[in-house]
This record gives sequence, C-alpha cells and structure tokens, in this order.
Amino acid sequence: MLTPSSVRWPTPRSYSVSLEEMYREVILDHYRNPRNRDPLDKIDATAEGNNPLCGDEVTIEVSLNGDTVDAISVRGQGCSISQASASMMSKAVLGKTEKEVAEITDTFKKMMGVIDTDENVVDDDRPGATLGDLEALQGVRKFPVRIKCADLAWTTLEEALNR
Amino acid sequence: MTDWAAIRADFPILSREMNGYPLVYLDSAATSQKPQAVLDAIIDFYSTTNANVHRGAYSLADEATSRYEDARSTVARFIGAQPDEVVFTRGATSAFNTVAYGWALRNVTEDDRILLTIMEHHANIVPWQLVSDLTGCSIEFVGITESGLLDMDDFHRLLDDDVKLVGVSMASNVLGTINPIAEIAEAAHRAGSLVIADAAQAVPHTSVDVYETGADWICFSGHKMLGPTGIGVLWGRPEILEAMEPAEGGGEMISDVRLDGSAWAAVPHKFEAGTPPFAQAVGLKAAIDYLEAIGMDEVERREQELTEYALKSMAGVEGLTVYGPATAEGRVGAISFSLADIHPHDLATILDQRGVAIRAGHHCARPLARTLNVPATARASVYLYNQESDVDALIGALADAKELFSVA
Ligand SMILES: Cc1ncc(COP(=O)(O)O)c(C=O)c1O
Repeated sequence: MLTPSSVRWPTPRSYSVSLEEMYREVILDHYRNPRNRDPLDKIDATAEGNNPLCGDEVTIEVSLNGDTVDAISVRGQGCSISQASASMMSKAVLGKTEKEVAEITDTFKKMMGVIDTDENVVDDDRPGATLGDLEALQGVRKFPVRIKCADLAWTTLEEALNR
Repeated sequence: MTDWAAIRADFPILSREMNGYPLVYLDSAATSQKPQAVLDAIIDFYSTTNANVHRGAYSLADEATSRYEDARSTVARFIGAQPDEVVFTRGATSAFNTVAYGWALRNVTEDDRILLTIMEHHANIVPWQLVSDLTGCSIEFVGITESGLLDMDDFHRLLDDDVKLVGVSMASNVLGTINPIAEIAEAAHRAGSLVIADAAQAVPHTSVDVYETGADWICFSGHKMLGPTGIGVLWGRPEILEAMEPAEGGGEMISDVRLDGSAWAAVPHKFEAGTPPFAQAVGLKAAIDYLEAIGMDEVERREQELTEYALKSMAGVEGLTVYGPATAEGRVGAISFSLADIHPHDLATILDQRGVAIRAGHHCARPLARTLNVPATARASVYLYNQESDVDALIGALADAKELFSVA
C-alpha cells in the first residue's frame, strides 16, 4: 500500500533562485510604478479582463491613429505579475501598428508557453533583444498557476483590438 | 491533557513535503485534512458494507442503511438535535439552496425583505439573489464595525416586520468573527422573521447546540470538520422541515409516485432525492467520533491557543495588517491579513515555496472584500492538528516575501 512515508519526494530545487527569477527588479518596478495609467479622452478600442479565480482585473483603452496605437491606458488591480505585465505591455505596444501588436502578442504568448511552439522565440544570448523588459516575465514559466496572471493584459488587449 | 503531537500524527498528509519543505497546512478554513480513522472508516465501509441504502431487501443493504442512519444519529447528537431533524446534503452550499428552493421561493413575496450580513460567504448570498430574481423580494446587508464585528446597531435598524428571513454566519470565514447568533435570532423572531445560520466555520471549531443558537435552520459541511467532501448537513426545526417542500425530486424522496403526481417521503428523506452520500456520511460519523474523543471544548481551547499565538506572532511583523478581531477571544482561527504592498497571490506563491499553504483571494466573500476596501487578502487558518511551529514557518516565509519585494 502506498503510505505517505513510502512516497518519494523530488529532491529540493533551489526555490529562492526561481522566486528571484520571477520577482525581478524590473517587474517590481512596473508593479509599483505602472506606466500609462491615465484614462484616454479618445477611445477607439477598449476591453475589460479579469481572472475570476484570483480576482486580477485590467481595463485597457486604446486610441488609434490609422492603424497605429497612438495612446494606451492600462488600469487594474491584482498581483505583481498581472500588473507588471500590463504595464510593460503598454510600453511595448505604444506607437506600433495593429499588425506589429499582433506579432508582439504572439511572440509574448509563445515565450510564456501560452501558445505551444518548438521555436526559441527569445535569444538567450542577447537578453532583451526580442521583447525588451518583457523578457523578465519568463521567470513566471516556472510557476504554471501564475502564467494566467502574466497573460491577462495580453488577452484583454487582443479582445479590445479584435472587436 | 491531549497529546497534540499524537493528534497531528493521525493525519497522514501532514507528513508529506511540499517544494522541499515539510508541508505547513494553514488553509483548514477552506477544507480540513482527514485523520487516518476517517480514511479507514471509508475504506472499511466500501470493503465490507457497500450497498445502496433504503432500497434492497437483503442483509447487506440493511447493514448499509443502518450505517447511514447511524451517522445521522451521531450528527444529531453532536449538535443537540433529533435524527429526523438532520438532512444530509452535498455540503453547506446545497443546504442553503434546499431552503432557498424548498421554503423561500414559496413563502417570500416582492413585499418582503431578506436580511444578510456583509460578511456572508457566497453560499449564503447567491441562493437568496436567485430567490430575489424569482420573487422580487429585496435583500439588505448588515455592515461591520471598524474592529470587524457585526454592526448590531445596523442590524436592529434594518430589522423590521417586512423581513422574512435573516441569514447570518455563526463565524466568518474571512474575519474569523463569531457573531451573537442567539441575540440575532431572538430579535429576528420578535420581528416575525425566520433565521438561517451558516455554521460552516462554527461546527468544526466549537460545540454547537442548534437549539441554543435560536436559529431555524443551520447549514454546515463535513469536509471542513475532518470528514470527506460531498456531504453536508441541513438542520431545521421539525415543524419547519415538515411544512417545507422538497427542492429536488427523484428517487428516495417519495412515498408514492403516480403519473398525475407523487407523495413525499417523511422528513428528512423528502429532502434527500437520489442516492445519498452514504459512504461520506459514514466518514463524517468517524470524524465526529474523532472530535468527540478529544472533546469539542478541548478542541476549542487548543485552537484559541494557536490563534492567540498566531495573532501575537503576526503582530510582530512590521507592515502586516490583520482584518478582523485582533485577539483570539470571540473569533475562530481564520486570520485574514495583508503584508505591505505585496499582493496576496504573490505572498501565496512565495510561501508555497517554503511549503506553507495559505489562501489568497476574496475567499468567496466579495462583498466583504469590497467593504474592507481590499480586493484580496491572504488568509491563514488553523485547526486542531496545527502546532506553533507551523505559525513560526509562516512568519519565516513572510520574511522571505519582504526580502524578495525589498520591503523594509
Ligand atoms: C462560512 C462558509 N459558508 C459556506 C461555505 C460553503 O461550503 P461548501 O463549499 O462546502 O458548500 C464555506 C466554505 O467555503 C464557508 O466558509
């Protein structure tokens, strides 16, 4: 019979290392000083997203000039990962065309494992070269339950732009 | 004197590791762990006695039925009731829904009001909202004071003779607050209202005598009191259960079925449609036997001790805020808190890496979270198998969190 004492546990990993990889300084900075929070006057696309499981919330407003993201507002509340991801996203998509935004979103989702892929979307030898600060969120991949937090703003932005 | 270390050793799961550390389980308000005696009782039932209850005309079915009804008697004795006042349900939630559909839908009108409190679990809010949708009745919420107690002035102000039902938790799963149920029930009855009490966080932790509470219905879940999932209890005053209609129809709950209508079985069976959770009932009986062997007064005393220890330890953590009563008196061991600007989900993840399991979120009490003006809190909750070192592990892991978030 399988009793708890006969169950073998995996050998301990170094937890503090993976936690430190997740809670990078740049993430805490975006959590505490979120960018692009001011509401917009002219709103061409908007959506609200939430994660009912943990209560993370984000509201996105986009102002377009042609098909370029002219201004963006990202407001919300929730854990450091959801809010930092939203803030970094707002920086990354500002001034980009809708097509470029879709590409960045795709790359981000592949980096996070939200979209399955075999390709290595970010270059480990040149950190930041592909997605800039956003690459700091890779540390979240070691915490599968938190990937949803990182993804919330992106899914919400997709929803706003696809309407 | 209870040997609490021996008690702890009765819970096999507590000897496992989590993320390389001993598991420190501080989420018993969500669900409790089970002692070996409960696991054994369930295995024994399935190994020796399993057959559908109240059906077969053979000895095995008879034995199974006896075990099921024996469990009902044990529950009844445990809460100071008679066996036919005890309805087995799937859990506290379905107990509330049984009253919502079996009583409220037929007795509440659009001129009536239902009075709840802001600290109710969703299980004691949403069923009444469904009733309100269908009947047009209104719902009002009693607030809380600064110190996390029910605002009794507010309660008396909102209570008038339009109120047909008062729904109140005996103990809050977020604040830990124990509410003065007898005082509430007395005032409610004087105003002509019935009272439904949420005892999900009370029955596991203190001795409850249903008649002393003054309530008309009491709801609780087996899985929060060392028993298995899938079973809960609705207790009701016999004359009220008698007058109530069943909320669900099916087998087991009828005395006769004709094509043009059916007659109900006697209380409590008329509320137990379909094959009931009889193996779970046997498990719940074993849980109650286990608690009674220790003694509920002793369980309560030990939990007070642990809660006091936890509250004192947490008070020493700079930047930590506790929501709810600040001392162990008048509260159960569910302690909600926040730490500086670290979001509760981040806290839970960090603590988990030290093997410490706590809850983060709104704890199925969103209205309360909004009242407290915190979208989410962290919650540590203790039960009889916890020990001071579990609290120490929590405090140690909180220090980790502060370091990772560079909080002074
Ligand atoms: C106070 C309170 N009421 C009701 C419930 C609902 O219990 P269950 O989910 O077992 O039906 C809970 C459990 O979360 C609770 O803490």
